[in-house]
Amino acid sequence: MTDGRPAIVAAGLRKRFGEKVALDGLDLEVPAGTVLGLLGPNGAGKTTAVSILTTLLRADGGRAEVAGLDVAAHAPEVRARIGLTGQTDAIDEILSGRQNLELFGRLHHLSPRESKRRAAELLEQFGLTEAGDRQAKGYSGGMKRRLDLAVSFITAPQVLFLDEPTTGQDPRNRMEVWSVVRELVAGGTTVLLTTHYLDEADQLADKISVVDRGRVIAEGTPDALKRRLGASQVDLVLRDDDGVTAAAGILARVSDAEPVVDRSRRSVSAPVHDRVASLTEVLQAVQAAGVAVEDVALRQPTLDDVFLQLTGSRADGGEADPTPDDAEEVAA
Amino acid sequence: MSSLRWTISDTLTLTKRDLLHWRYEPSRIAWTLAFPVMSILLFGYVFGSAIVVPGGEDYREYLMPGLFVMAAAFGITETLFGIAMDTERGITNRLRAMPMSRVAILGGGCVAAMINAVVNFVVMIAMGLVVGWSWHDGIVNALLAVLLLLLLRFSVLWIGIWTGLQIRSIETAGNVSGLLFPFTMISSIFVSPSQMPGWLQTIAEWNPLSSTVGAARELFGNGGPASDSWVAQHAIEMAIVWPLVLTAIFAPLAVRKYQAMSK
Repeated sequence: MTDGRPAIVAAGLRKRFGEKVALDGLDLEVPAGTVLGLLGPNGAGKTTAVSILTTLLRADGGRAEVAGLDVAAHAPEVRARIGLTGQTDAIDEILSGRQNLELFGRLHHLSPRESKRRAAELLEQFGLTEAGDRQAKGYSGGMKRRLDLAVSFITAPQVLFLDEPTTGQDPRNRMEVWSVVRELVAGGTTVLLTTHYLDEADQLADKISVVDRGRVIAEGTPDALKRRLGASQVDLVLRDDDGVTAAAGILARVSDAEPVVDRSRRSVSAPVHDRVASLTEVLQAVQAAGVAVEDVALRQPTLDDVFLQLTGSRADGGEADPTPDDAEEVAA
Repeated sequence: MSSLRWTISDTLTLTKRDLLHWRYEPSRIAWTLAFPVMSILLFGYVFGSAIVVPGGEDYREYLMPGLFVMAAAFGITETLFGIAMDTERGITNRLRAMPMSRVAILGGGCVAAMINAVVNFVVMIAMGLVVGWSWHDGIVNALLAVLLLLLLRFSVLWIGIWTGLQIRSIETAGNVSGLLFPFTMISSIFVSPSQMPGWLQTIAEWNPLSSTVGAARELFGNGGPASDSWVAQHAIEMAIVWPLVLTAIFAPLAVRKYQAMSK
Protein backbone atom coordinates (compact mmCIF):
# COMPACT_ATOMS: atom_id res chain seq x y z
CA MET A 1 0.00 0.00 0.00
CA THR A 2 1.92 2.97 -1.24
CA ASP A 3 -0.89 4.99 -2.75
CA GLY A 4 -1.74 6.60 0.57
CA ARG A 5 -5.27 5.21 0.66
CA PRO A 6 -6.44 3.80 3.98
CA ALA A 7 -6.04 0.02 4.26
CA ILE A 8 -9.42 -0.40 5.93
CA VAL A 9 -12.52 1.73 5.57
CA ALA A 10 -15.91 1.13 7.13
CA ALA A 11 -18.57 3.70 6.47
CA GLY A 12 -21.95 3.46 8.17
CA LEU A 13 -21.82 -0.34 8.46
CA ARG A 14 -25.11 -1.87 9.56
CA LYS A 15 -25.94 -5.42 10.50
CA ARG A 16 -28.78 -6.98 12.44
CA PHE A 17 -29.45 -10.54 13.50
CA GLY A 18 -33.20 -10.82 13.81
CA GLU A 19 -34.25 -8.21 16.36
CA LYS A 20 -30.74 -7.61 17.68
CA VAL A 21 -28.82 -4.74 16.11
CA ALA A 22 -25.14 -5.77 15.96
CA LEU A 23 -23.77 -2.83 13.96
CA ASP A 24 -25.52 0.50 13.97
CA GLY A 25 -23.58 2.69 11.55
CA LEU A 26 -20.00 1.76 12.38
CA ASP A 27 -17.29 4.02 10.93
CA LEU A 28 -13.60 3.13 10.84
CA GLU A 29 -10.58 4.28 8.91
CA VAL A 30 -7.21 2.62 9.30
CA PRO A 31 -4.21 4.16 7.48
CA ALA A 32 -1.93 1.60 5.81
CA GLY A 33 0.85 0.32 8.04
CA THR A 34 -0.86 1.24 11.34
CA VAL A 35 -2.63 -0.69 14.07
CA LEU A 36 -6.19 0.10 15.06
CA GLY A 37 -7.46 -1.29 18.34
CA LEU A 38 -11.19 -1.96 18.39
CA LEU A 39 -12.08 -1.87 22.06
CA GLY A 40 -15.44 -2.87 23.45
CA PRO A 41 -17.42 -5.21 25.70
CA ASN A 42 -18.95 -8.53 24.66
CA GLY A 43 -21.69 -8.05 22.13
CA ALA A 44 -20.52 -4.55 21.14
CA GLY A 45 -20.23 -5.69 17.52
CA LYS A 46 -16.47 -6.15 17.27
CA THR A 47 -16.58 -9.69 15.86
CA THR A 48 -19.43 -8.75 13.53
CA ALA A 49 -17.34 -5.88 12.16
CA VAL A 50 -14.34 -8.17 11.62
CA SER A 51 -16.57 -10.80 9.98
CA ILE A 52 -17.86 -8.26 7.47
CA LEU A 53 -14.41 -6.88 6.71
CA THR A 54 -13.03 -10.41 6.19
CA THR A 55 -15.91 -11.33 3.80
CA LEU A 56 -17.42 -13.88 6.21
CA LEU A 57 -20.63 -11.91 6.67
CA ARG A 58 -22.56 -9.61 4.38
CA ALA A 59 -23.47 -6.20 5.77
CA ASP A 60 -27.08 -5.01 5.65
CA GLY A 61 -25.97 -1.49 4.82
CA GLY A 62 -22.98 0.80 4.56
CA ARG A 63 -19.68 0.33 2.79
CA ALA A 64 -16.55 -1.62 3.66
CA GLU A 65 -13.23 -1.51 1.87
CA VAL A 66 -10.10 -3.52 2.56
CA ALA A 67 -6.83 -2.90 0.70
CA GLY A 68 -8.71 -0.49 -1.53
CA LEU A 69 -11.28 -3.11 -2.57
CA ASP A 70 -14.98 -3.22 -1.78
CA VAL A 71 -15.47 -6.37 0.32
CA ALA A 72 -18.89 -7.17 -1.11
CA ALA A 73 -17.99 -6.67 -4.78
CA HIS A 74 -14.46 -8.11 -4.68
CA ALA A 75 -14.56 -10.79 -2.00
CA PRO A 76 -12.09 -13.20 -3.66
CA GLU A 77 -9.53 -10.42 -4.22
CA VAL A 78 -9.96 -9.22 -0.64
CA ARG A 79 -9.43 -12.77 0.67
CA ALA A 80 -6.13 -12.97 -1.19
CA ARG A 81 -4.91 -9.89 0.68
CA ILE A 82 -5.93 -10.57 4.27
CA GLY A 83 -5.09 -12.81 7.20
CA LEU A 84 -7.48 -13.65 10.03
CA THR A 85 -6.76 -14.91 13.52
CA GLY A 86 -9.82 -15.34 15.69
CA GLN A 87 -10.53 -16.20 19.30
CA THR A 88 -10.04 -19.94 18.81
CA ASP A 89 -6.95 -21.67 17.48
CA ALA A 90 -8.16 -22.39 13.96
CA ILE A 91 -5.50 -24.98 13.29
CA ASP A 92 -5.73 -28.70 12.66
CA GLU A 93 -4.40 -30.16 15.90
CA ILE A 94 -4.05 -33.67 14.53
CA LEU A 95 -1.52 -32.42 11.98
CA SER A 96 1.92 -31.05 12.74
CA GLY A 97 2.73 -27.36 12.64
CA ARG A 98 4.52 -27.85 9.34
CA GLN A 99 1.61 -29.78 7.82
CA ASN A 100 -0.79 -27.05 8.90
CA LEU A 101 1.31 -24.39 7.19
CA GLU A 102 1.70 -26.51 4.06
CA LEU A 103 -2.02 -27.32 3.99
CA PHE A 104 -3.13 -23.70 4.29
CA GLY A 105 -0.33 -22.65 1.93
CA ARG A 106 -1.73 -24.99 -0.73
CA LEU A 107 -5.20 -23.59 -0.12
CA HIS A 108 -3.72 -20.11 -0.64
CA HIS A 109 -2.73 -21.56 -4.03
CA LEU A 110 1.00 -21.69 -3.45
CA SER A 111 2.69 -24.49 -5.40
CA PRO A 112 3.67 -27.60 -3.39
CA ARG A 113 7.29 -26.51 -3.45
CA GLU A 114 6.50 -22.91 -2.47
CA SER A 115 4.20 -23.99 0.36
CA LYS A 116 6.97 -26.22 1.75
CA ARG A 117 9.49 -23.42 1.58
CA ARG A 118 7.09 -20.93 3.14
CA ALA A 119 6.20 -23.38 5.92
CA ALA A 120 9.87 -23.79 6.86
CA GLU A 121 10.33 -20.01 6.78
CA LEU A 122 7.32 -19.35 9.01
CA LEU A 123 8.25 -22.06 11.52
CA GLU A 124 11.58 -20.28 11.87
CA GLN A 125 10.04 -16.82 12.09
CA PHE A 126 7.50 -17.85 14.72
CA GLY A 127 9.94 -19.89 16.78
CA LEU A 128 8.35 -23.25 16.01
CA THR A 129 11.09 -24.98 14.03
CA GLU A 130 11.87 -27.44 16.80
CA ALA A 131 8.22 -28.40 17.30
CA GLY A 132 7.45 -28.18 13.59
CA ASP A 133 7.05 -31.90 12.98
CA ARG A 134 5.12 -32.70 16.15
CA GLN A 135 1.32 -32.90 16.25
CA ALA A 136 -0.08 -29.47 17.14
CA LYS A 137 -2.29 -30.91 19.86
CA GLY A 138 0.83 -31.35 21.99
CA TYR A 139 1.71 -27.65 21.67
CA SER A 140 1.41 -25.24 24.58
CA GLY A 141 -1.30 -22.57 24.41
CA GLY A 142 1.26 -20.00 23.33
CA MET A 143 2.67 -22.22 20.59
CA LYS A 144 -0.82 -22.90 19.21
CA ARG A 145 -1.49 -19.17 19.14
CA ARG A 146 1.81 -18.56 17.31
CA LEU A 147 0.99 -21.29 14.79
CA ASP A 148 -2.42 -19.74 14.24
CA LEU A 149 -0.78 -16.36 13.61
CA ALA A 150 1.77 -17.99 11.31
CA VAL A 151 -1.08 -19.50 9.24
CA SER A 152 -2.66 -16.05 8.97
CA PHE A 153 0.66 -14.78 7.74
CA ILE A 154 1.34 -17.35 5.01
CA THR A 155 0.93 -14.88 2.17
CA ALA A 156 2.34 -11.93 4.14
CA PRO A 157 -1.07 -10.26 3.89
CA GLN A 158 -1.45 -6.52 3.52
CA VAL A 159 -4.08 -6.46 6.22
CA LEU A 160 -4.21 -8.69 9.29
CA PHE A 161 -7.35 -9.07 11.40
CA LEU A 162 -6.84 -10.19 14.97
CA ASP A 163 -10.14 -10.87 16.70
CA GLU A 164 -9.44 -10.99 20.43
CA PRO A 165 -6.18 -12.83 19.89
CA THR A 166 -5.37 -13.11 23.60
CA THR A 167 -8.78 -13.73 25.17
CA GLY A 168 -8.41 -16.61 27.59
CA GLN A 169 -4.61 -16.67 27.30
CA ASP A 170 -2.29 -16.43 30.28
CA PRO A 171 -0.07 -13.32 30.67
CA ARG A 172 2.98 -15.00 29.17
CA ASN A 173 1.11 -16.05 26.03
CA ARG A 174 -0.33 -12.57 25.73
CA MET A 175 3.15 -11.04 25.76
CA GLU A 176 4.27 -13.58 23.16
CA VAL A 177 1.39 -12.64 20.89
CA TRP A 178 2.16 -8.96 21.39
CA SER A 179 5.78 -9.37 20.37
CA VAL A 180 4.81 -11.36 17.25
CA VAL A 181 2.27 -8.71 16.27
CA ARG A 182 4.85 -5.95 16.75
CA GLU A 183 7.22 -7.77 14.41
CA LEU A 184 4.56 -8.13 11.73
CA VAL A 185 3.64 -4.47 12.03
CA ALA A 186 7.28 -3.50 11.71
CA GLY A 187 7.18 -5.33 8.36
CA GLY A 188 4.47 -2.94 7.15
CA THR A 189 1.30 -4.95 7.77
CA THR A 190 -1.85 -3.06 8.66
CA VAL A 191 -3.56 -4.58 11.68
CA LEU A 192 -7.09 -4.38 13.00
CA LEU A 193 -7.12 -5.74 16.53
CA THR A 194 -10.23 -6.28 18.61
CA THR A 195 -9.83 -6.68 22.33
CA HIS A 196 -11.46 -6.45 25.73
CA TYR A 197 -8.23 -5.31 27.28
CA LEU A 198 -7.25 -1.68 27.53
CA ASP A 199 -3.62 -2.59 28.17
CA GLU A 200 -3.50 -4.72 25.02
CA ALA A 201 -4.78 -1.88 22.87
CA ASP A 202 -2.38 0.40 24.74
CA GLN A 203 0.57 -1.91 23.95
CA LEU A 204 -0.16 -2.46 20.28
CA ALA A 205 -2.45 0.15 18.80
CA ASP A 206 -1.58 3.46 17.18
CA LYS A 207 -5.21 4.42 17.51
CA ILE A 208 -8.16 3.08 19.45
CA SER A 209 -11.81 3.08 18.52
CA VAL A 210 -14.12 2.33 21.43
CA VAL A 211 -17.22 0.45 20.25
CA ASP A 212 -20.50 0.10 22.09
CA ARG A 213 -23.83 -1.13 20.75
CA GLY A 214 -22.55 -1.33 17.21
CA ARG A 215 -21.06 2.14 16.86
CA VAL A 216 -17.87 4.00 17.65
CA ILE A 217 -18.38 6.09 20.77
CA ALA A 218 -14.84 7.42 21.14
CA GLU A 219 -11.61 7.31 19.21
CA GLY A 220 -8.11 8.57 19.54
CA THR A 221 -4.59 7.55 20.48
CA PRO A 222 -4.24 5.41 23.61
CA ASP A 223 -2.70 8.39 25.39
CA ALA A 224 -5.54 10.71 24.49
CA LEU A 225 -8.10 8.19 25.72
CA LYS A 226 -6.22 7.67 28.95
CA ARG A 227 -5.94 11.40 29.52
CA ARG A 228 -9.65 11.50 29.21
CA LEU A 229 -9.86 8.83 31.86
CA GLY A 230 -7.13 10.08 34.15
CA ALA A 231 -3.92 8.28 34.87
CA SER A 232 -5.33 6.39 37.83
CA GLN A 233 -8.55 5.52 39.47
CA VAL A 234 -9.28 6.18 43.16
CA ASP A 235 -11.76 3.83 44.84
CA LEU A 236 -13.18 4.58 48.28
CA VAL A 237 -15.40 2.25 50.29
CA LEU A 238 -17.25 4.05 53.09
CA ARG A 239 -18.72 2.83 56.36
CA ASP A 240 -22.19 4.37 55.89
CA ASP A 241 -24.49 6.09 53.39
CA ASP A 242 -23.78 9.60 54.60
CA GLY A 243 -20.10 8.92 54.08
CA VAL A 244 -20.81 7.91 50.46
CA THR A 245 -22.49 11.24 49.75
CA ALA A 246 -19.71 13.22 51.41
CA ALA A 247 -16.94 11.24 49.65
CA ALA A 248 -18.64 11.71 46.27
CA GLY A 249 -18.55 15.46 46.85
CA ILE A 250 -14.85 15.37 47.72
CA LEU A 251 -13.90 13.20 44.71
CA ALA A 252 -15.88 15.48 42.41
CA ARG A 253 -13.62 18.36 43.47
CA VAL A 254 -10.36 16.43 42.94
CA SER A 255 -11.32 14.65 39.70
CA ASP A 256 -12.25 16.19 36.35
CA ALA A 257 -14.93 13.58 35.87
CA GLU A 258 -18.17 12.83 37.64
CA PRO A 259 -17.50 10.18 40.36
CA VAL A 260 -19.21 6.83 39.90
CA VAL A 261 -21.26 5.95 42.98
CA ASP A 262 -22.33 2.43 43.86
CA ARG A 263 -24.62 2.65 46.90
CA SER A 264 -25.06 -1.10 47.28
CA ARG A 265 -21.33 -1.50 47.81
CA ARG A 266 -21.03 1.92 49.50
CA SER A 267 -18.22 2.74 47.07
CA VAL A 268 -17.21 5.85 45.14
CA SER A 269 -14.66 5.91 42.28
CA ALA A 270 -13.21 8.62 40.11
CA PRO A 271 -10.24 9.12 37.78
CA VAL A 272 -7.36 11.30 38.98
CA HIS A 273 -4.27 12.68 37.28
CA ASP A 274 -1.50 12.96 39.89
CA ARG A 275 -1.57 9.57 41.45
CA VAL A 276 -0.20 9.92 44.98
CA ALA A 277 -0.76 13.66 45.28
CA SER A 278 -4.42 13.26 44.37
CA LEU A 279 -4.82 10.33 46.73
CA THR A 280 -3.30 12.30 49.58
CA GLU A 281 -5.57 15.22 48.81
CA VAL A 282 -8.62 12.95 48.85
CA LEU A 283 -7.65 11.27 52.10
CA GLN A 284 -6.92 14.55 53.88
CA ALA A 285 -10.25 15.99 52.76
CA VAL A 286 -12.08 12.85 53.85
CA GLN A 287 -10.40 12.95 57.26
CA ALA A 288 -11.12 16.64 57.68
CA ALA A 289 -14.78 15.97 56.92
CA GLY A 290 -14.84 13.21 59.53
CA VAL A 291 -15.98 10.55 57.07
CA ALA A 292 -15.32 6.94 58.14
CA VAL A 293 -13.42 5.09 55.40
CA GLU A 294 -13.46 1.29 55.22
CA ASP A 295 -11.09 0.79 52.31
CA VAL A 296 -9.14 2.82 49.80
CA ALA A 297 -7.38 1.87 46.56
CA LEU A 298 -5.40 3.53 43.81
CA ARG A 299 -5.38 1.50 40.60
CA GLN A 300 -4.94 1.56 36.82
CA PRO A 301 -8.09 2.43 34.90
CA THR A 302 -9.70 -0.59 33.29
CA LEU A 303 -12.01 -1.04 30.35
CA ASP A 304 -14.84 -0.99 32.86
CA ASP A 305 -13.84 2.53 33.85
CA VAL A 306 -13.72 3.61 30.20
CA PHE A 307 -17.24 2.39 29.80
CA LEU A 308 -18.51 3.82 33.04
CA GLN A 309 -17.12 7.15 31.93
CA LEU A 310 -18.19 7.01 28.30
CA THR A 311 -21.56 5.33 28.56
CA GLY A 312 -22.42 5.27 32.23
CA SER A 313 -22.91 1.50 32.05
CA ARG A 314 -20.69 -1.35 33.04
CA ALA A 315 -18.71 -3.06 30.27
CA ASP A 316 -19.75 -6.58 31.21
CA GLY A 317 -23.22 -5.67 32.29
CA GLY A 318 -24.38 -9.26 31.99
CA GLU A 319 -26.69 -8.53 29.08
CA ALA A 320 -27.13 -11.97 27.63
CA ASP A 321 -28.25 -11.11 24.12
CA PRO A 322 -27.31 -14.07 21.96
CA THR A 323 -25.40 -12.23 19.25
CA PRO A 324 -22.67 -14.07 17.33
CA ASP A 325 -20.18 -12.19 19.48
CA ASP A 326 -21.59 -13.69 22.62
CA ALA A 327 -22.19 -17.10 21.14
CA GLU A 328 -18.62 -17.42 19.99
CA GLU A 329 -17.19 -16.21 23.23
CA VAL A 330 -19.25 -18.69 25.19
CA ALA A 331 -18.15 -21.49 22.87
CA ALA A 332 -14.52 -20.49 23.29
CA MET B 1 -5.33 -21.96 -13.66
CA SER B 2 -9.04 -22.05 -14.28
CA SER B 3 -11.47 -22.00 -11.39
CA LEU B 4 -12.50 -25.61 -12.10
CA ARG B 5 -8.92 -26.77 -11.73
CA TRP B 6 -8.64 -24.86 -8.46
CA THR B 7 -11.85 -26.48 -7.26
CA ILE B 8 -10.37 -29.90 -7.96
CA SER B 9 -6.98 -29.00 -6.54
CA ASP B 10 -8.46 -27.52 -3.34
CA THR B 11 -10.80 -30.49 -2.92
CA LEU B 12 -7.88 -32.89 -3.19
CA THR B 13 -5.84 -30.81 -0.72
CA LEU B 14 -8.64 -31.07 1.84
CA THR B 15 -9.17 -34.76 1.05
CA LYS B 16 -5.51 -35.30 1.79
CA ARG B 17 -6.01 -33.53 5.10
CA ASP B 18 -8.66 -36.05 6.13
CA LEU B 19 -6.56 -38.96 4.95
CA LEU B 20 -3.65 -37.64 7.04
CA HIS B 21 -5.97 -37.68 10.06
CA TRP B 22 -6.36 -41.41 9.66
CA ARG B 23 -2.62 -41.86 9.48
CA TYR B 24 -2.01 -39.86 12.66
CA GLU B 25 -5.03 -41.05 14.59
CA PRO B 26 -5.36 -44.70 13.68
CA SER B 27 -7.63 -45.04 16.70
CA ARG B 28 -10.36 -43.24 14.72
CA ILE B 29 -10.10 -45.79 11.94
CA ALA B 30 -9.88 -48.58 14.47
CA TRP B 31 -13.15 -47.40 15.96
CA THR B 32 -15.00 -47.28 12.63
CA LEU B 33 -13.73 -50.78 11.93
CA ALA B 34 -14.30 -52.09 15.43
CA PHE B 35 -17.93 -51.08 15.25
CA PRO B 36 -18.94 -53.53 12.49
CA VAL B 37 -16.80 -56.26 14.04
CA MET B 38 -18.54 -55.79 17.38
CA SER B 39 -21.91 -55.77 15.65
CA ILE B 40 -21.17 -59.04 13.93
CA LEU B 41 -20.19 -60.63 17.23
CA LEU B 42 -23.02 -59.07 19.22
CA PHE B 43 -25.87 -59.48 16.78
CA GLY B 44 -24.55 -62.44 14.82
CA TYR B 45 -23.65 -64.64 17.74
CA VAL B 46 -25.25 -63.25 20.95
CA PHE B 47 -28.71 -62.31 19.64
CA GLY B 48 -28.45 -64.34 16.46
CA SER B 49 -28.80 -67.59 18.33
CA ALA B 50 -32.28 -66.52 19.46
CA ILE B 51 -33.47 -64.92 16.22
CA VAL B 52 -35.43 -66.96 13.70
CA VAL B 53 -35.15 -65.88 10.09
CA PRO B 54 -38.23 -66.32 7.87
CA GLY B 55 -37.37 -69.13 5.48
CA GLY B 56 -35.06 -70.67 8.07
CA GLU B 57 -31.79 -69.34 6.63
CA ASP B 58 -28.61 -68.79 8.58
CA TYR B 59 -28.97 -65.56 10.60
CA ARG B 60 -25.44 -64.33 9.98
CA GLU B 61 -25.98 -64.74 6.27
CA TYR B 62 -29.15 -62.68 6.68
CA LEU B 63 -27.52 -60.13 8.98
CA MET B 64 -24.46 -59.08 6.95
CA PRO B 65 -26.29 -56.97 4.32
CA GLY B 66 -28.04 -55.25 7.22
CA LEU B 67 -24.72 -54.45 8.87
CA PHE B 68 -23.35 -53.05 5.61
CA VAL B 69 -26.28 -50.65 5.58
CA MET B 70 -25.86 -49.86 9.26
CA ALA B 71 -22.22 -48.95 8.59
CA ALA B 72 -23.34 -46.67 5.75
CA ALA B 73 -25.88 -44.99 8.03
CA PHE B 74 -23.39 -44.54 10.86
CA GLY B 75 -20.99 -42.93 8.41
CA ILE B 76 -23.07 -39.83 9.10
CA THR B 77 -21.36 -39.39 12.48
CA GLU B 78 -17.95 -38.98 10.88
CA THR B 79 -19.23 -36.14 8.69
CA LEU B 80 -21.16 -34.64 11.58
CA PHE B 81 -18.14 -34.55 13.89
CA GLY B 82 -15.80 -33.33 11.17
CA ILE B 83 -18.00 -30.36 10.32
CA ALA B 84 -18.96 -29.53 13.90
CA MET B 85 -15.31 -29.61 14.95
CA ASP B 86 -14.13 -27.36 12.12
CA THR B 87 -16.91 -24.89 12.83
CA GLU B 88 -16.32 -24.82 16.58
CA ARG B 89 -12.58 -24.44 16.10
CA GLY B 90 -12.96 -21.60 13.60
CA ILE B 91 -11.31 -23.61 10.82
CA THR B 92 -14.42 -23.28 8.63
CA ASN B 93 -14.27 -19.49 8.98
CA ARG B 94 -10.54 -19.52 8.29
CA LEU B 95 -11.18 -21.43 5.05
CA ARG B 96 -14.04 -19.10 4.14
CA ALA B 97 -11.75 -16.09 4.55
CA MET B 98 -9.19 -17.63 2.17
CA PRO B 99 -9.07 -17.26 -1.61
CA MET B 100 -9.80 -20.98 -2.08
CA SER B 101 -12.71 -22.63 -3.88
CA ARG B 102 -16.02 -22.38 -1.99
CA VAL B 103 -17.14 -25.78 -3.28
CA ALA B 104 -13.99 -27.49 -2.05
CA ILE B 105 -14.68 -26.54 1.58
CA LEU B 106 -17.50 -29.12 1.56
CA GLY B 107 -16.10 -31.21 -1.28
CA GLY B 108 -12.91 -32.31 0.45
CA GLY B 109 -14.84 -33.94 3.27
CA CYS B 110 -17.17 -35.66 0.79
CA VAL B 111 -14.38 -37.28 -1.19
CA ALA B 112 -12.60 -38.40 1.98
CA ALA B 113 -15.83 -39.82 3.41
CA MET B 114 -16.47 -41.85 0.24
CA ILE B 115 -12.91 -43.21 0.29
CA ASN B 116 -13.46 -44.11 3.93
CA ALA B 117 -16.73 -45.85 3.01
CA VAL B 118 -15.03 -47.98 0.34
CA VAL B 119 -12.30 -49.05 2.79
CA ASN B 120 -14.97 -49.80 5.37
CA PHE B 121 -16.98 -52.00 3.03
CA VAL B 122 -13.89 -53.92 1.94
CA VAL B 123 -13.02 -54.68 5.57
CA MET B 124 -16.59 -55.62 6.40
CA ILE B 125 -16.87 -57.92 3.40
CA ALA B 126 -13.67 -59.62 4.52
CA MET B 127 -15.11 -59.95 8.04
CA GLY B 128 -18.29 -61.38 6.58
CA LEU B 129 -16.37 -64.00 4.64
CA VAL B 130 -14.61 -64.97 7.88
CA VAL B 131 -17.90 -65.60 9.73
CA GLY B 132 -19.33 -67.64 6.88
CA TRP B 133 -21.25 -65.03 4.88
CA SER B 134 -20.87 -64.96 1.12
CA TRP B 135 -22.55 -63.77 -2.07
CA HIS B 136 -24.35 -66.38 -4.15
CA ASP B 137 -25.51 -64.62 -7.32
CA GLY B 138 -22.26 -63.87 -9.06
CA ILE B 139 -19.73 -61.10 -8.72
CA VAL B 140 -21.63 -58.66 -10.95
CA ASN B 141 -24.67 -58.65 -8.69
CA ALA B 142 -22.41 -58.45 -5.66
CA LEU B 143 -20.71 -55.35 -7.09
CA LEU B 144 -24.11 -53.87 -7.89
CA ALA B 145 -25.04 -54.35 -4.26
CA VAL B 146 -21.87 -52.53 -3.19
CA LEU B 147 -22.71 -49.69 -5.59
CA LEU B 148 -26.15 -49.35 -4.03
CA LEU B 149 -24.54 -49.27 -0.58
CA LEU B 150 -22.20 -46.50 -1.73
CA LEU B 151 -25.14 -44.61 -3.21
CA LEU B 152 -26.85 -44.76 0.17
CA ARG B 153 -23.63 -43.64 1.88
CA PHE B 154 -23.46 -40.69 -0.51
CA SER B 155 -26.99 -39.54 0.30
CA VAL B 156 -26.36 -39.94 4.02
CA LEU B 157 -23.30 -37.71 3.60
CA TRP B 158 -25.53 -34.75 2.72
CA ILE B 159 -27.75 -35.34 5.71
CA GLY B 160 -24.55 -35.32 7.78
CA ILE B 161 -23.33 -32.05 6.26
CA TRP B 162 -26.69 -30.35 6.69
CA THR B 163 -27.00 -31.50 10.29
CA GLY B 164 -23.36 -30.67 11.01
CA LEU B 165 -23.83 -27.09 9.76
CA GLN B 166 -26.97 -26.87 11.88
CA ILE B 167 -25.45 -27.80 15.23
CA ARG B 168 -21.97 -26.22 15.19
CA SER B 169 -20.68 -27.91 18.33
CA ILE B 170 -18.95 -31.20 18.99
CA GLU B 171 -21.02 -31.93 22.07
CA THR B 172 -24.31 -31.74 20.18
CA ALA B 173 -22.83 -33.92 17.45
CA GLY B 174 -22.45 -36.68 20.02
CA ASN B 175 -26.07 -36.36 21.14
CA VAL B 176 -27.43 -36.26 17.62
CA SER B 177 -25.59 -39.39 16.55
CA GLY B 178 -27.27 -41.28 19.40
CA LEU B 179 -30.57 -40.74 17.58
CA LEU B 180 -29.32 -42.99 14.79
CA PHE B 181 -29.83 -46.13 16.86
CA PRO B 182 -33.64 -46.29 16.85
CA PHE B 183 -33.56 -45.36 13.18
CA THR B 184 -31.42 -48.39 12.33
CA MET B 185 -33.44 -50.66 14.66
CA ILE B 186 -36.81 -49.86 13.12
CA SER B 187 -35.82 -51.28 9.75
CA SER B 188 -35.05 -54.63 8.19
CA ILE B 189 -31.40 -54.43 9.27
CA PHE B 190 -31.62 -56.90 12.18
CA VAL B 191 -34.97 -58.62 11.92
CA SER B 192 -37.64 -58.97 9.31
CA PRO B 193 -40.34 -56.31 9.69
CA SER B 194 -42.91 -59.04 9.07
CA GLN B 195 -42.31 -60.10 12.68
CA MET B 196 -43.17 -56.61 13.99
CA PRO B 197 -46.68 -55.32 14.91
CA GLY B 198 -48.54 -54.10 11.81
CA TRP B 199 -48.07 -50.32 12.23
CA LEU B 200 -44.38 -50.72 13.05
CA GLN B 201 -43.95 -53.04 10.11
CA THR B 202 -45.14 -50.33 7.73
CA ILE B 203 -42.74 -47.78 9.22
CA ALA B 204 -39.84 -50.24 9.14
CA GLU B 205 -40.51 -51.27 5.56
CA TRP B 206 -40.69 -47.68 4.34
CA ASN B 207 -37.49 -46.79 6.17
CA PRO B 208 -35.08 -45.91 3.33
CA LEU B 209 -32.44 -48.08 4.98
CA SER B 210 -34.71 -51.14 4.61
CA SER B 211 -34.83 -50.76 0.83
CA THR B 212 -31.04 -50.88 0.52
CA VAL B 213 -30.95 -53.81 2.95
CA GLY B 214 -33.55 -55.66 0.87
CA ALA B 215 -31.73 -54.85 -2.38
CA ALA B 216 -28.40 -56.01 -0.96
CA ARG B 217 -29.94 -59.28 0.32
CA GLU B 218 -31.45 -59.88 -3.08
CA LEU B 219 -28.29 -59.07 -5.07
CA PHE B 220 -25.96 -60.95 -2.72
CA GLY B 221 -28.43 -63.85 -2.67
CA ASN B 222 -28.82 -63.69 1.11
CA GLY B 223 -32.56 -64.26 1.26
CA GLY B 224 -35.69 -63.14 -0.54
CA PRO B 225 -38.00 -60.15 0.03
CA ALA B 226 -38.98 -59.46 3.61
CA SER B 227 -42.70 -59.51 2.84
CA ASP B 228 -45.31 -59.24 0.10
CA SER B 229 -45.70 -55.48 0.48
CA TRP B 230 -45.05 -53.31 -2.55
CA VAL B 231 -42.03 -51.54 -1.06
CA ALA B 232 -40.40 -54.85 -0.03
CA GLN B 233 -41.06 -56.32 -3.47
CA HIS B 234 -39.37 -53.36 -5.18
CA ALA B 235 -36.32 -53.14 -2.96
CA ILE B 236 -33.76 -52.62 -5.73
CA GLU B 237 -35.76 -49.85 -7.40
CA MET B 238 -36.36 -48.18 -4.05
CA ALA B 239 -32.67 -48.54 -3.13
CA ILE B 240 -31.99 -46.25 -6.09
CA VAL B 241 -34.98 -43.94 -5.60
CA TRP B 242 -34.57 -43.31 -1.84
CA PRO B 243 -30.93 -42.15 -1.95
CA LEU B 244 -31.65 -39.97 -4.96
CA VAL B 245 -34.63 -38.40 -3.20
CA LEU B 246 -32.62 -37.88 0.00
CA THR B 247 -29.75 -36.32 -1.95
CA ALA B 248 -32.16 -34.12 -3.90
CA ILE B 249 -33.57 -32.85 -0.59
CA PHE B 250 -30.49 -32.60 1.60
CA ALA B 251 -27.77 -31.52 -0.84
CA PRO B 252 -29.54 -28.24 -1.69
CA LEU B 253 -30.46 -27.77 1.99
CA ALA B 254 -26.81 -28.29 2.98
CA VAL B 255 -25.56 -25.85 0.34
CA ARG B 256 -28.19 -23.29 1.37
CA LYS B 257 -27.24 -23.68 5.03
CA TYR B 258 -23.60 -23.24 4.12
CA GLN B 259 -24.31 -20.09 2.14
CA ALA B 260 -26.43 -18.76 4.99
CA MET B 261 -23.30 -18.59 7.13
CA SER B 262 -22.64 -15.20 5.53
CA LYS B 263 -26.12 -13.84 6.32
